[in-house]
Amino acid sequence: MPLIEINDISKIYRLGDIDVNALNSVSINIDKGEFVAIMGQSGSGKSTFMNILGCLDKPTSGRYSLEGVDVAGLTRDELAAIRNKKIGFVFQGFNLLSRTSALENVELPMLYNGLPARDRKGRAAAALDKVGLSGRENHHPNQLSGGQQQRVAIARALVNEAPLILADEPTGNLDTKTSTEIMELFVRLNAESNITVILVTHEHDIAAFSKRTMKFLDGRVVSDSPTIKL
Amino acid sequence: MINIPSTIKISVRALRVNKMRSALTMLGIIIGVGAVITMLAVGTGARQKIGEQIASMGSNLLIVLPGATTSGGARMGAGSQMTLSMGDAEAILKECPAVQTVAPNLGGVAQVISGNQNWSTGVTGTTPGMLVVRDWQISEGRSFTDDDVRGATKVCLLGQTVVENLFGSIYSIGQVVRIKNVPFTVIGVLDRKGQSPNGQDQDDTIWIPVTTAQKKIFGTTFPGMVRIVMVKARSTEDLPAAEEQIKELLRQRHRIGQKQDDDFTVRNLTQMMQAAEQSARIMALLLGSIAGVSLLVGGIGIMNIMLVSVTERTREIGIRMAVGAKTWDIRLQFLIEALILSLIGGGIGILFGVSGSQVLSTIAGWPTIVSPFSIFLAFSFSGVVGIFFGFYPAMKASLLDPIEALRYE
Repeated sequence: MPLIEINDISKIYRLGDIDVNALNSVSINIDKGEFVAIMGQSGSGKSTFMNILGCLDKPTSGRYSLEGVDVAGLTRDELAAIRNKKIGFVFQGFNLLSRTSALENVELPMLYNGLPARDRKGRAAAALDKVGLSGRENHHPNQLSGGQQQRVAIARALVNEAPLILADEPTGNLDTKTSTEIMELFVRLNAESNITVILVTHEHDIAAFSKRTMKFLDGRVVSDSPTIKL
Repeated sequence: MINIPSTIKISVRALRVNKMRSALTMLGIIIGVGAVITMLAVGTGARQKIGEQIASMGSNLLIVLPGATTSGGARMGAGSQMTLSMGDAEAILKECPAVQTVAPNLGGVAQVISGNQNWSTGVTGTTPGMLVVRDWQISEGRSFTDDDVRGATKVCLLGQTVVENLFGSIYSIGQVVRIKNVPFTVIGVLDRKGQSPNGQDQDDTIWIPVTTAQKKIFGTTFPGMVRIVMVKARSTEDLPAAEEQIKELLRQRHRIGQKQDDDFTVRNLTQMMQAAEQSARIMALLLGSIAGVSLLVGGIGIMNIMLVSVTERTREIGIRMAVGAKTWDIRLQFLIEALILSLIGGGIGILFGVSGSQVLSTIAGWPTIVSPFSIFLAFSFSGVVGIFFGFYPAMKASLLDPIEALRYE
């Protein structure tokens, strides 16, 4: 069974009187352990696709099942529970809570699944260690560099042992050297922990770290092939 | 499954980020709760003072006054005519089943001399029943007896104020005082009673047997007449019955026909006190509505700030939702924030209210009592305000679209 099964999904937004077809009957399967790069211009539908993958949004039509669970019929709170357990998010703008230490930022997902406080600290520290940030637990986001902040965000995505990480332009705010480091971290997590990584990017050299590349154009997948290594 | 301790921690941190704003938001609640506490303290204090005054007058007390005379068309007011007699007093005691004790009174103001001291005070001729009627105790010596009344002996009981003015620290029992130049032996001292409801010093008094008063001090035109008769009913419930029985009896004894007016009046002091208590209650109600308005305004302040806070923290809410916060996780976070604001405000308000009541009783001389119940009431009220006015902003936060919230700048 594939991790992600997407069957003929469409997403239509109403903007005033005009219907915008953000996604137009997309069908895709992604297996556990894949490393997928999604490319496309802005407005190509890739962000909408990521939102649906991340259970933040629901398709207008079509079927999406994650680990065999059909997401379409789920309530707001059930979707929240799925995001909590199965999906880790990494954003372009890091999206860490300011005035909150790195450790507490990583603890955040565990606040919402009833884990006792003493377990949370240990697991958050372990996740920070995994992304190479041990010793920085008590630093606040404004005391960390961009690359370090993104590592905190990755640790947060890992901490609930989600099988899927969705990264929306994770290197968009980083310089080339730091971008490479972050991408190497994704590659390592993918290889060592068999975590499925799906990332959106504009840049070919970032996409080159993946194993499979999809291109979106006008709400459709126009190409889907193994990544060509540079 | 909602993690309350962590939620509280998050809320406290959010409030501490904007200390000044949080403090100002609390101000409305502080003022409201402070007003509630002060209002209740003033109300309770007034009620207790009135209660004490009722008790000091003597409980279940009825006063029978003679009627008004009419002199050349001008009515002279209650008590201007002497229509009550010792016989009336005895008949009331004997024939009215709802009456426990009676005490006929005949008194006036007289100059009292002892040694080289003199003092002008109220001298009351009465019977031993007076002690029961007025719920008054003897602190030293003994009371006069029915034999003293029958024999018109020249003995007296002194009130505390009289003792202080005539004797100072000298032991007064057995000493002689001269009332209107008639020597009386002091046989007892009355307990301290304090002020009457209309501010009179009740301890500025001398009691003598009523017969002695009639014969030796306040000579009356008709022998055996008394100024007033004080009556103690068996219980509060018996008061109306006692009043009816006395009226019936006296109309008979005074031979008053069907269409004639009574030549006496029966006053129910407890009822008068209850009227005073009623007005204190109205005062408290008035203050209460002021407190209610300021709590309402305080609540709106909380709602306003919580709405601002939800808008400011839209992105934070989005992040929390993305990592799995459910509707009630977010709702509770903001509700707890509002609750903390209102409860801390309530706590500070209680401190202000308690010290405000103290200041009021010191400066204005109002009796104030802060009861634990009023503190409980004010605290729970501020909690209710927090939840009520925090609910809409919390609701709004929890229903944000996570995608929109994450994109919010």
